[in-house]
Amino acid sequence: MPAALLGWTDTLVQGVMLGGLYGLFAVGLSLVFGVMRIVNIAHGDLIVLAAFGAIVATSASGTVPAPGLPLWIAAPLVVAAMYAFGYILQRGVLNTTIAGGELPPLLVTFGVSIVIQNLLLEFYSADPRSLAAGGLETRSVELFAGVTVGVLPLATLAIALGITAFLQWLFGRTNIGRAFRAASDDPEIAGLMGIATRHVYALATALALAVVAIAGMLLAVRTTVAPADGPNNLIYAFEAVIIGGLGSFWGTLAGGVILGISQAIGFRLSPGWGAFAGHIVFLAILALRPQGLFPRTRTQA
Amino acid sequence: MTAPDTGPSSAHWRVSQSTRAGRFGLLVWAALLAAAAALPWWADASYMRLATEFACLLVLAQMWNLLAGYGGMVSVGQQGYLGIGGYALIALADYGGINPFACVLLAGGVAAAVSVPTAALVFRLQGGHFAIGTWVVAEVFRLVASNTAALGGGSGRSLQAMREFARALREPLTYWIGLAVAAASVTGVYLLMRSRLGLALAALRDSEVAAESQGVNVRFTKVLVYVLSALGCGVAGALYFLMNLRISPDAAFTVGWSAAIIFIVVIGGIGTIEGPIIGTLLYFALRETLADFGTWYLIALGIVAIVAMVRFPKGIWGTLAERYGLYLFPVQRRVVRDP
Repeated sequence: MPAALLGWTDTLVQGVMLGGLYGLFAVGLSLVFGVMRIVNIAHGDLIVLAAFGAIVATSASGTVPAPGLPLWIAAPLVVAAMYAFGYILQRGVLNTTIAGGELPPLLVTFGVSIVIQNLLLEFYSADPRSLAAGGLETRSVELFAGVTVGVLPLATLAIALGITAFLQWLFGRTNIGRAFRAASDDPEIAGLMGIATRHVYALATALALAVVAIAGMLLAVRTTVAPADGPNNLIYAFEAVIIGGLGSFWGTLAGGVILGISQAIGFRLSPGWGAFAGHIVFLAILALRPQGLFPRTRTQA
Repeated sequence: MTAPDTGPSSAHWRVSQSTRAGRFGLLVWAALLAAAAALPWWADASYMRLATEFACLLVLAQMWNLLAGYGGMVSVGQQGYLGIGGYALIALADYGGINPFACVLLAGGVAAAVSVPTAALVFRLQGGHFAIGTWVVAEVFRLVASNTAALGGGSGRSLQAMREFARALREPLTYWIGLAVAAASVTGVYLLMRSRLGLALAALRDSEVAAESQGVNVRFTKVLVYVLSALGCGVAGALYFLMNLRISPDAAFTVGWSAAIIFIVVIGGIGTIEGPIIGTLLYFALRETLADFGTWYLIALGIVAIVAMVRFPKGIWGTLAERYGLYLFPVQRRVVRDP
């Protein structure tokens, strides 16, 4: 393969891997929006919060407290903690605002975002940190002649595919999934049918934050995270959701991959333009195909 | 509601927007403006600076309230127009050779002009998606500014055209422009909301479908309000950087502006003209007393905003107005009976 073509193939592969991470960011956002019509502005900050949770739980010194847990114990703990936090956040705060239209939950999550950012800043300073994963972050495999990919990005993409398949199955085939869809379509009728919508909403947010926890830890192993990184994560997740269209979790994941590829190409053209290229693709989709690339084509039964 | 007891004739009933508190409010408003205009003679430069900054935030809060509180369009990206206003000031004054003080209004015009094509894009999104969409647009503006060498790139640049003006002239002049702009924003929103357009806006906020069926041009009304809000934010941005004399992409386009504005309007009372004024006063009072606490102060602001939204969604003024029927800037239309 000629070197230039090889370079572009490499860019494409890196973009797909990065897109897996963005897809993971995005399915959490789209889950909360899909069930409750809440756009969670704190989404990006929750990703950073989960990352910091794992970093603190695994560090043996430097931060207070420093439990020094191994990652394989810390990771499920962080997922469980975020799941519980999601349930409490929805049940205790967001549920009370949901009846007042879309403005109150939007503004409440904006407040949550500011609180999380500044709490992290207060306790852990503005320094970027990363999560050590025992050498996994540097290992790589040769995909095909001349193109090597890191084990971690590959694993991230596989996890994103797995979680998307799981959510699609959960929403389509299980009782709780049917409850999610019913509460989304018409909360009052769902309530009459015996669905405890407040509990169902809380479970949906809890599930979304469990996905957020996984995404946050993968982000922190891949690169560094700082308390101020939340807004960018939110914007990437949001762009992926809109590019993909609001049809299915697969569409959202595909939106993430397209965003990842756009950013990788932009970055290759000029390192200052990575995020910008992603924004441009997002705006182009908005202008040319506002329903997204994979909108809902049929009403779900 | 009690039925009119004078029979079917409705001659003694009329729709009124005037209230006793409203007439009193007009007097207070005039007195306050007169006192404020004289500030350069009775206060020192640091107060003038603070008052100018106050004016900027008041304008921004009024504009955000017009958009979100009256128009139902929640934006998290008004800092985009604030930044464009600031950069337009630099470009027009430093490269165009126009008097920087005159540039304040022109910069608002630039922001308004940019907002027209932007509206075509972001109006494809609804509700919360609209909110983040406007934020993405502001990010795009930030990236363009930080990649434009003539505007100082990522580190920004200072307003060089201001060198010709002595400090003794610059500070009061900036302050007076701020006062005029702040007064214009309050008066403008007041008059707008009392006009037919204001009625149309209130109608479409409550139900777009119902408003449309009553002959309101929903699309036109929303775009008009969006553009007006951009104009106001552009003017506020130009004013801020006229005072600050230095601009950078991060200072101009930070989402921190939105955080402050939203806090102000939510605490003060969304959907009222008095709310943003009270909110701005409270914001400055908290900032000046608690600034030493650094991030804890911001954490407290965030928590207060969350509690306010959950417990008192109408904010300070909305709660008071409801309890005591107090409307200093009456824009509501009430049916009153003539004696």
